[in-house]
Amino acid sequence: MQSTDITWVIGGPQGSGVETAANIFAGACAGMGLKIFGKREFYSNIKGEHSYFAVRVSDKKIRSNVSNITMLVAFDAETIFRHANDVYSEGAIVYDSELVQIKTDEVSTLDEPFKSRLTNLLSSKNKEYTIQGMIDLCKDRGVQLYPVSFKGILANLAEEMQNPKLRNMFRMLNVIAVSVSLGLLGLSPATLLKSVESVFSSKPQIAEMNKQAANYSYNFAAVKFPKFKYALQSVQKEPNTILVQGYQATGIGKIACGCRFQSYYPITPASDESVFLESHEVFDVKNNRPGSTIVVQTEDEISAIGMVIGASLTGTRSATSTSGPGFSLMAESLGWAGINEVPIVVTLYQRSGPSTGLPTRHGQDDLMFAIHAGHGDFPRIVYASGDIEESFYDTGKCFNFAEIFQMPVIHMMDKFIASTVATCKRFDPDLITIDRGKLLEKIDNDVYKRFAFTEDGISPRSKLGLENGIFWNTGDESDENGHISEDPVNRVQMMNKRASKLDLVLKTIPKEDQAVSYGVSEFCIVSWGSNKGPILDALEMLKKEGINIGFIQIKLLQPFPTDHVKSLLKGAKTIIDIEANQSAQLASLLNEYLDKKVDYYILKYTGRPMTCTEIYDSLKKILEKKAEKKQVLTFGA
Amino acid sequence: MEPKLSDYKTEVHNDWCPGCGDFGIVNAIQMALTEMKVPRHKAAIFSGIGCSGKTSHFINIFGIHTLHGRVLTFAQGAKLANPEMTIVVAGGDGDGLGIGAGHFVAAGRRNVDMAYIIFNNAVYGLTKGQASPTLQLGLKTKSLPQPNVNQSVNPIGLAIASGFTFVGRGYSYDVRQLKDLIIAAVKHKGLAFLDVLQPCPTYNDINTRDWFAGLDNIDQTTRKSQPRIYKLEDTGYDPVVHYGSEEEVNEKLTQALVKSNEWDTKIPTGIFYQNELVAPYEQRIADRIPNYLENPPAAQPISAGGKPITDISKILDSLQV
Repeated sequence: MQSTDITWVIGGPQGSGVETAANIFAGACAGMGLKIFGKREFYSNIKGEHSYFAVRVSDKKIRSNVSNITMLVAFDAETIFRHANDVYSEGAIVYDSELVQIKTDEVSTLDEPFKSRLTNLLSSKNKEYTIQGMIDLCKDRGVQLYPVSFKGILANLAEEMQNPKLRNMFRMLNVIAVSVSLGLLGLSPATLLKSVESVFSSKPQIAEMNKQAANYSYNFAAVKFPKFKYALQSVQKEPNTILVQGYQATGIGKIACGCRFQSYYPITPASDESVFLESHEVFDVKNNRPGSTIVVQTEDEISAIGMVIGASLTGTRSATSTSGPGFSLMAESLGWAGINEVPIVVTLYQRSGPSTGLPTRHGQDDLMFAIHAGHGDFPRIVYASGDIEESFYDTGKCFNFAEIFQMPVIHMMDKFIASTVATCKRFDPDLITIDRGKLLEKIDNDVYKRFAFTEDGISPRSKLGLENGIFWNTGDESDENGHISEDPVNRVQMMNKRASKLDLVLKTIPKEDQAVSYGVSEFCIVSWGSNKGPILDALEMLKKEGINIGFIQIKLLQPFPTDHVKSLLKGAKTIIDIEANQSAQLASLLNEYLDKKVDYYILKYTGRPMTCTEIYDSLKKILEKKAEKKQVLTFGA
Repeated sequence: MEPKLSDYKTEVHNDWCPGCGDFGIVNAIQMALTEMKVPRHKAAIFSGIGCSGKTSHFINIFGIHTLHGRVLTFAQGAKLANPEMTIVVAGGDGDGLGIGAGHFVAAGRRNVDMAYIIFNNAVYGLTKGQASPTLQLGLKTKSLPQPNVNQSVNPIGLAIASGFTFVGRGYSYDVRQLKDLIIAAVKHKGLAFLDVLQPCPTYNDINTRDWFAGLDNIDQTTRKSQPRIYKLEDTGYDPVVHYGSEEEVNEKLTQALVKSNEWDTKIPTGIFYQNELVAPYEQRIADRIPNYLENPPAAQPISAGGKPITDISKILDSLQV
């Protein structure tokens, strides 16, 4: 049997149901037992700008997107202008046949820099600056074309259903487009209808109408056109598979590991997680009353972190989720949590900075900021997840770290993970351990000192409301009771007490949680965060050619696990740093802490995540000794 | 054993200037706690930054000395996670009405059940006497290089406009009245605000103890000095919203605003406005999460034998393919 690995892209104006269409597609494919990896790209805009969803579908494990498109589905002109050139020569385009006369100048959302690159391309091939020109360009390359009048389908449907209102239900064009494409891909209609029903499950009437449209469009395509050569075939469904987005994974992780307070200020791409938590604020607890998470939308991020600290002082596992601009506002309070040894978790969904940057786009620009945010010296943990599944389990670990070591933990996520939808193994809460460190439930006598000097630097922790456990906190330097102290000897003892916890972190956190080795060879990649997926997929592509490249994923970034990474890299001769920022922030850590220096850099800061294709190509150049020291990746609309 | 006043005092050396109005406030808080018999471990005082910020170290209950302007945020987080705690918040005028003004307004909208006391002396004492948001336009207190160039904010008016459901004013040299006001503020169901006039003997040489006593405020007919401070309750003023009709609420809000504008020769103290018919934030949560008050975040068990006990299977089922 031919193996399946296709990339299906749907695009359209924001607010036109692109995401819904993609969810129907992904749900249908997942229902056939196929693996899904989808990413969403959108502008900082509510309605009208171009957004698209790229869904990769395979019968094998996939962890990233590829660069090229197998089937492009466009129900507007801009999607064709922006993506048609990325369609494989053996690929296909499903497009609205009524759009062919549209000129580049008529699409007001095509920005000038893109338009001039596009018209240069079209004129170099002697094509007119229209959709027809784009289509002709693709036709010359052998791309299969499926012109469809989507509005015509709607009109015919209205007639068949004897419901003239349907004629103007342009909101359903998305469902029509996805259904046509699934008709061409030969997926079973029952799977499609089930997926439509599930996507519209909260609105039964709308679900019914869309099912009719889906069914009609599917049959239309199946009858009118020969089946596309890369047809989808169902495979044995792996049991316990879920289709999940990144922000849901951390959200579920928080619920599972006992986070009971979350405050946030709306910011892309972090607030989806808080909204998810609020939607699931009440849940069952084994052998107990129902539990709940209090989710508070605050007036700003300063308030969000202040509330988290206050809640944590009551012994409640507490967190906030934010992105770079919000984290900037949290810096002062982070130091307060540091000096007062308050366990808090900040889930930091990075996006492209600086300032507002590319607010809806991916980036890993905040590693150095997370490590250094706040004035003064205080310990914190910076921990990065590599993919959706990791982020579920890591969320539990981050809360343990916060409580065991009594310090703020910054859990690094990013826009790529947050808005990726992927099939993965159903999360197993039994694999989570809850370790609350030295949190006290009872104190017998009244001599409690919150910051008592101890051998391991960690003092038993009381909480607001605990009898005999009264303590004081202050942002000033303090004595063991927590009262202000400017004594120079006490100052040194307290600074050393807090700093010593960083050594304990490195001694206590299991090595495999600090940095993960996927094999080491002469050439070895070192990377962090969501680059993991495209790197592993690229390495698999190379392996098929008999080439082995090593890969070390660093998860614990502060304190830096120098000894462990050094020992992992023993066999490596050439170090390749891969990350999604301009200044190679991880590399600066590697160059600081390791004996070896980074030899090659593969960086991307267009705001779009890396594809495995790009990484594969860059690695090949390095292996063939054709690479510059620094390669900058640029693929993606 | 009945709690004594001394139980609520720490042994921390108090380094406020001699004659500072803050002493009266800290005494009043300790007296109020004693009178209410709040168990020490069930009470917390959160403070901001500045002279007033040190208050939490002088009181023998949980004392959380936070950051400049942010005290309300810490306190609200704690109260929502453990609504059983009695929480008193203490901050300065610059702290609450300058750098923290956004939190002041947002807290009013939430109406979390706490008492918030602003130590109002119109200057930034700990940084050597700059103008605070409550210093009147054109005044030149002694360490200002130029007269104050900003309008002053009206704390009572701002609290009313922001939705605080208890708004009052005390005077730090009337400790007995202040103690009663603090008790009323703590007992109030919702967010209570107390503006406490507190002369700074070191940097505010205009709004002094003598000025509040009206030594310069001479009645033209009797030739006697007229105290500026007076008590609203002595004038038959009724601050309470009893029924909650739109008309009644408007009337009570309006009279409070009018009273809040009195300043130069007559300065009202006491309760300006009180409305317990507005649901506190905790009640709004409990309307959604029925067992919130008896099983709040701080009381919830989350693990057994080091393993999670939260059942996430329903959520995972909904994602199952």
